[in-house]
Amino acid sequence: MISQVFILSSKGDHLIYKDFRGGAGNDIVSIFYEKVTALTGDQPPVVMNHKDIYFVHIRQGGLYWVATTTAGSSPFTITEFLNRLAALVKDYCGSLSEKSVQMNFALIYELLDEIVDYGYIQTTSSDVLKNFIQTEAVTSRPFSLFDLSNVGLFGAETQQSKVAPSSAATRPIQSSREQGGKSEIFVDVIERMTVVIGSNGLLMKADVEGEIRVKCYMPSCSEMRIGLNEEFSIGKSQLRGYGAAVRVDECSFHQAVRLDEFDSHRILRLCPSQGEQTVMQYQLSDDLPSALPFRLFPTIERDNGGRLLMYMKLRCDLPPKSLSQELSSPDQSAELKPQSRAVVWKIARFAGGTQLSALFKLEVPSLSSASMLEVGPVGLSFELPKITATGLQIRFLRLSPIQPGPSQRWVRYVTHSDSYTIRI
Amino acid sequence: MPYLGGEETVRELRRALSNPNVQSDPLRYRNTILKVIRTMSQGVDVSGLFSEMVKACATVDVVQKKLVYVFLCSYATLNPELSLLVINTLRKDCQDPNPMVRSLALRNMTNLRLPSLVEYVEQPLTAGLRDRAACVRRVAVLGWAKLHNLHPSSEIDAAVVNELYSLLRDPDPVVMVNCLRALEEILKEEGGIAINKPITHHLLNRLKECDIWGQSEVLRVLQRYRPQSEDELFDILSLLDSFLVSPHPPVMAATLSLFLSISSNLPVISLAALERVSGPLLAACGSGSREMRFAAVCHIQLLLRSVPGLLGPHYKRFFCGYAEPAYIKERKMQVLVELVNDENVAMILDELKGYCTDVNTDTAQAAISAIGRIGRSYSDRCLQILTGLLGLKQDHITSAVVQTMRDLVWVCPQCSDTVCLALDGCEETLQDIQGRQALLWLLGVYGERISTAPYTLEVLIDRVRSEASLGIKMELLTATMRLFLCRPAETQDMLGRLLHYCIEEETDMCVRDQALLYYRLLHCGIEKTREVLQGRRSDPSLGVLIGRPAKPVSQWARCFNTLEPLSQGAVEAESDRSDSAMRCSDSSTNVLASSIAVDCAWIEECVRCPAVLHCSPQSLQAAMQLVNIQTLAFTPQQMLPWRVYLYTHTQLRVSEDGQEEEEGIKVILNQQPKDDDALRQFLTILITVLNTLGDTGQAQVY
Repeated sequence: MISQVFILSSKGDHLIYKDFRGGAGNDIVSIFYEKVTALTGDQPPVVMNHKDIYFVHIRQGGLYWVATTTAGSSPFTITEFLNRLAALVKDYCGSLSEKSVQMNFALIYELLDEIVDYGYIQTTSSDVLKNFIQTEAVTSRPFSLFDLSNVGLFGAETQQSKVAPSSAATRPIQSSREQGGKSEIFVDVIERMTVVIGSNGLLMKADVEGEIRVKCYMPSCSEMRIGLNEEFSIGKSQLRGYGAAVRVDECSFHQAVRLDEFDSHRILRLCPSQGEQTVMQYQLSDDLPSALPFRLFPTIERDNGGRLLMYMKLRCDLPPKSLSQELSSPDQSAELKPQSRAVVWKIARFAGGTQLSALFKLEVPSLSSASMLEVGPVGLSFELPKITATGLQIRFLRLSPIQPGPSQRWVRYVTHSDSYTIRI
Repeated sequence: MPYLGGEETVRELRRALSNPNVQSDPLRYRNTILKVIRTMSQGVDVSGLFSEMVKACATVDVVQKKLVYVFLCSYATLNPELSLLVINTLRKDCQDPNPMVRSLALRNMTNLRLPSLVEYVEQPLTAGLRDRAACVRRVAVLGWAKLHNLHPSSEIDAAVVNELYSLLRDPDPVVMVNCLRALEEILKEEGGIAINKPITHHLLNRLKECDIWGQSEVLRVLQRYRPQSEDELFDILSLLDSFLVSPHPPVMAATLSLFLSISSNLPVISLAALERVSGPLLAACGSGSREMRFAAVCHIQLLLRSVPGLLGPHYKRFFCGYAEPAYIKERKMQVLVELVNDENVAMILDELKGYCTDVNTDTAQAAISAIGRIGRSYSDRCLQILTGLLGLKQDHITSAVVQTMRDLVWVCPQCSDTVCLALDGCEETLQDIQGRQALLWLLGVYGERISTAPYTLEVLIDRVRSEASLGIKMELLTATMRLFLCRPAETQDMLGRLLHYCIEEETDMCVRDQALLYYRLLHCGIEKTREVLQGRRSDPSLGVLIGRPAKPVSQWARCFNTLEPLSQGAVEAESDRSDSAMRCSDSSTNVLASSIAVDCAWIEECVRCPAVLHCSPQSLQAAMQLVNIQTLAFTPQQMLPWRVYLYTHTQLRVSEDGQEEEEGIKVILNQQPKDDDALRQFLTILITVLNTLGDTGQAQVY
């Protein structure tokens, strides 16, 4: 049961406040914010309490999404609800930021009204909600001619139209109603890598968590068939086909997915509802099919002048063709961040099969041989477009019946680093 | 954040709202109302606009209606009379052909929270229960709960309750779940909705139709059900099995809660369920939302209390991510400590070592104390890491290491040699109070083996005038006294100076009293002093029980899937409990002095029970666990006097130390805070256990 829901900006401005049960003091929001600011560090605990009111909050889009509740409620339910709320707001407003929430507050109040009644969650399915939500989303960016540049003349297939504009998936789902029925569907394969490489260069841990996300802008829903690699297998024992196996340890599906063709042909069937949903989640530990994308060869030394020398050689082990060739001299920058005691080395682009090196010289007062132990670890954060670490691919994407009018289907792959740590 | 010029804004808005030109233009009217709501959610008090907003309510524009209702529901309680004007519009809307308008009107009618309006609301609500549209029924059902809570004392019509019960069979699953929720609230006095066999099975059969929120709600309510036979129980369990491994954490957690509550008498089933649920829980630990991760890790800690080895092979999943927030890192480290075994200890220590130099000092200190806890079983490897860390000469790291060493030495006295060697030079880096206190304690207890101890103390004694902390002064007194006992020649002079200062010049009563006490103690002779100050040390022959004993599931099942495991401190207290017990018995060495010892109760009692010596430590431990007494440590069986350290925690802390002698057991009880009755009760329980154990022990022998 949820007593109140409120959304605060990171500076503590009230953006949305909704009281479902009544009886709470008006100062509840300020109490929460005081608790957050009273703590040192920028990471307040998820659950905090004031007398017998419990605050559960999540951080998304730089905002605090807070629900107040009682001690007996399920943390999983409340957290999942807040995540879902944030996802819905993102679907309806296009993006998640202080500005978009501020501009669409009426829409968000309307959403909250339909999602929760008297503190009980009623529904969060966008299929149901679309019948009730009347307010139009307000987007911050006015329509510009620039967006038209990738539309081919007389609908001709130009080179550009094969690539979806990067802003394509950040528009509100409902605006499709009046934008001439531009029906699009995006299928994203998103993987997050967690890697630890020991100081001896050996791989200590490699985890991949992946999901297939469908973002649907089709007004009417039809059945969709997603074909995965034929060689896709789950668990250790099963091996399929003769090609390189694509294997995951565990795999779970959205409840709306029908799996009757999954065992034989690796086809997922579903009727996507409007907005974003995770169709499939999977997870692979330790046993990656391909080499790690990045290796680091660090050398740490002290020079005679008492300076710390860090020589970093970073190699990208992706196949060379996976990125375009124009990246021979990527623009890099490096910066020392004193309060987090870190050197940040930014590399805008990095071609596969190449190597970059950097030498950092640091003036450290009273540098001793023991303080060399303090150096490290190196954390890498990156985004690899068009690549999945597990090798999962989408063979085809079919909509049936065939959509009337123009419809576009996009498949995108991306691998993020969740935590890519190299010890020194 | 209240904006400046709030009154000005309100005045302007009122002018706009009552402007006939605005009112005639629907778009401008709506935009003005939008502005009102925006100001309201920014925290400005716009209740003054109530009467203008009531007028705006009568419109055909649904969006405008919704906006006005948001306003009205927030301020209705301040203007009960004016709200009466709205009720007519609302009642008219309840007759609207559009179900969306009907449900909207009904919901907001009940959301006004005005007791005076109840009589107008009842009729539409009754009609709403029988509405054709499910969305109206959903609202009407919850409406009755709202109505009931406005007048908690008044009886709700039995006919309504019956109707709600019958709506449990409604084709719409949300209506069904809402009925459960409403009945739970209305019948709170009677302990909630009556969960009998037909209702249970009806709900279970329809569980698949509900969405995840409905499922978790139904599963939660069903926890009250007790199956009548074992067959029925197994039917239910097999029906629920697929929900146990649901990819949605809320459903999975609610199902496990239900499993644990209905199979509380069948520990085997509970354990099997825990094993089955570990997969989805691990998956939740890798969820994209860090808050979800946190909840999952906290609940895994609960599971590990009962099945310590459950996730041993998956220890790598608890390695901390580079950018994870400190609160997750801390919990993950606590889990890693639990999962240590011979195979993975090297990997885990290597990983923890990496965290010790974390930029966040809390994380670094947590990592160091985690290494210390692993050190109880693998002391050599851990001490090597800890001594290495001292070389970094960072004050927060050194402080944490010294504190960890102090705790470790008490449990594993065999480490003391390494620790004594490592302490050299630490005093220069230590800054904080806890760290310096720990160092002083170590210097006092192991003074004879640390060559520089007197010089370190002398520096501190010379600076005692500028010392602000009470704790340090007390610790300094005790340490100097202890050092005096083993190295009198070097210490005598500085002890004299310290006592003189503390007695003559110190303003704090506690320090002065303690110094006086030591002074008089010295008058009683060196032997007496030695007896008091070095009365008890940890016994090197103590074998510590490796790992915590598994606790029954029932101990934590109640708080599974609640916010309790996530709250800070809950688990910390749990893991530190044994520490404080140790500390408690330690500080009793200077009973007379230490402030903790002041409210400690002591009892010595002889129990005649020769048979205990014959029974194995395992059975003793098992027997003690039945009455919630934990065995901390015991000496090997052939040792004389044979000792066992027990410990329990109810509302009080009792640490107990039984000394086996030829003819009986001497029980020494040490309790904090003092409570004689509880102590007596504890003793009776203990004696009963020992006697029972003696009987069975004999039975086994013969």
